[in-house]
Amino acid sequence: MRLDRNTFLSIATMVIFGLVLWQAETFLGDYQIYIAKLIFINIILALSLNLIYGFTGLFSLGHAGFIAIGAYVSALCILPPAQKEIMWILEPIIWPFSDLLTPFWVSVLGGGLFAGVFAIFIAVPVLRLGDDYLGMATLAFAEIIRVLIVNATPITNGSLGIKGIPGHATLLVCYGWALFTLIVLARLCYSNFGNVLRCIRDNEIAASVMGINVFWNKVLSFCIGAFFAGIGGALLGSHLSTIDPKMFNFLLTFNVLMFVVAGGLGSLTGSILGATVITILLEWLRFLEEPMDLGFIEIPGIPGMRMVVFSVVLLVIILKRREGIMGTRELTWNRIFAFFRRLERREKA
Amino acid sequence: MSFEMFLQHCFNALTLGSLYALIAIGYTMVYGILRLINFAHGDILMVGAYFIFFGTFAFGWPWAVAAVISVLAAGLLGVIIDRVAYKPLRDAPRISALISAIAVSFLIESLAVVIFTGQPRPVLQPEWLTNAWQIGNLRITHLAAFVPGMTIILVCILLYIVYRTKPGLAMRAISKDIETTRLLGVKVDNVIALTFGLGSALAAAAGIMWALRYPQVHPYMGVMPGLKAFIAAVFGGIGSIEGAVLGGVALGFVEIMTVAFMPELSGYRDAFAFILLVLVLLVKPTGLLGERMEEKI
Repeated sequence: MRLDRNTFLSIATMVIFGLVLWQAETFLGDYQIYIAKLIFINIILALSLNLIYGFTGLFSLGHAGFIAIGAYVSALCILPPAQKEIMWILEPIIWPFSDLLTPFWVSVLGGGLFAGVFAIFIAVPVLRLGDDYLGMATLAFAEIIRVLIVNATPITNGSLGIKGIPGHATLLVCYGWALFTLIVLARLCYSNFGNVLRCIRDNEIAASVMGINVFWNKVLSFCIGAFFAGIGGALLGSHLSTIDPKMFNFLLTFNVLMFVVAGGLGSLTGSILGATVITILLEWLRFLEEPMDLGFIEIPGIPGMRMVVFSVVLLVIILKRREGIMGTRELTWNRIFAFFRRLERREKA
Repeated sequence: MSFEMFLQHCFNALTLGSLYALIAIGYTMVYGILRLINFAHGDILMVGAYFIFFGTFAFGWPWAVAAVISVLAAGLLGVIIDRVAYKPLRDAPRISALISAIAVSFLIESLAVVIFTGQPRPVLQPEWLTNAWQIGNLRITHLAAFVPGMTIILVCILLYIVYRTKPGLAMRAISKDIETTRLLGVKVDNVIALTFGLGSALAAAAGIMWALRYPQVHPYMGVMPGLKAFIAAVFGGIGSIEGAVLGGVALGFVEIMTVAFMPELSGYRDAFAFILLVLVLLVKPTGLLGERMEEKI
């Protein structure tokens, strides 16, 4: 890697941003930090789905399943054995899991790897299907994973879920993993492998005629996406400190899909923007569900109103601006500089 | 298992299967014409159930009147959804329409939470449905006869419309080739609207009967039945009405019978349908009665 202007700027931005976040506690409240962590986790999830759907064109609705696997594996790895003994009240936890205790980063990687390996078993049979059939089949698998988690009580504590997961996922940790995801995916998507994926997305038959092993590349992309979804899930579990099977339903997949579609399919920076904007929007919309005092009239909070606005926003995006914020373009330094140069020229003229 | 128990399970399976079949028809008709999985279909079932709940409970209409009105209203809702959310996307990639459908589905669900609150509400069953015939140890509620009977009647009406009337002919033509049909002077958008109307009306009918069988309504009641009915449609061969009926009944039997014969698997009940879907897609993606769809290059 040559250290040219753009790389230098990128690294500098990352480091400065990291330093700012390091000191975040001095100027941000607990709630803001909570949101910031959520944003980074959502960025990881959005990026991973964008690789599968945006870059490779595999319409996968099974993301919640991979997130669930990551969250459960990681939670099992970092929960102290004594706590597990107390919590599994329906059925005692079985051996290898009862004594398991690893550092957090191992558990995150483990969650990702588990999700990635599981994805192979799903990908090999399912990726022969196209379009919406693929969507339904992956959705089916996500539901099957959820049912399995509910029923595997000796491992997962069934429908009670796992509580009190240690909160190792601090702001900097989340930022670090998000950065890791972004760098790996950016290197992948803008290498020859990325070209292959985009070729498959745009015209599968042309790709296979060019001698690309379509199936193998699809499986690879799907598994890498699932790996990062697992990482996101592991962080999510530690961040929320409580997980249960109901959390990982279709709504979660829908949320992630929202980030990707709003940001722009096939744009990594778009996913980052989409995840950031929508996470903030979703939190901000909470005011709709709280009682409002307009001075002369008091409006009681309307539970559920948040999701109404949210769905309408998605509907408007898909109807009016299908390509999302960024389309398939990326926000690069060259573009930013070009933008300022144009601005300058316009001022001179 | 005694023979009577077996018969009892058969009736249960037939009831559940009929409901799946009614919902599956809507999916299959829309998919046959637009190649769109109408995710909002399950939620129309919920809306239909709420309409009859409020019709009988709040307005005090007779049950039959409320049922007819809610079926008509749900049909209208289907047409409106098509106009607002799907029609502008006819020329867009198919996935856009699918995402739009998902958005509509969430919109209807969250609107229902806002308007009706998330509380499940008990549904009053009319008296003539709760009575039962007692034959030996076998107990058949009138409902268990009413649901399949009503399903047969509705399916016959639908088949008549599709195979014996002009609009039905247009529907079948569109599902073969939408462009040529348009060139032949058929008002394609009207026919599509009719398809949505019919499908939604059937879903509402299923919703009403669903609310009778599991006597409560809540905003998310349509999600699982919707997904499973879609699976039934795929199983029977998507695009084929007869296939949807067959698939729906078959799915009802699979779900009830597996739990009946292997009670230890009852925790996995919701997974059966999805496993079935995966198997069907892998072995015979066109389903039992589906036509082969050529891949165009």
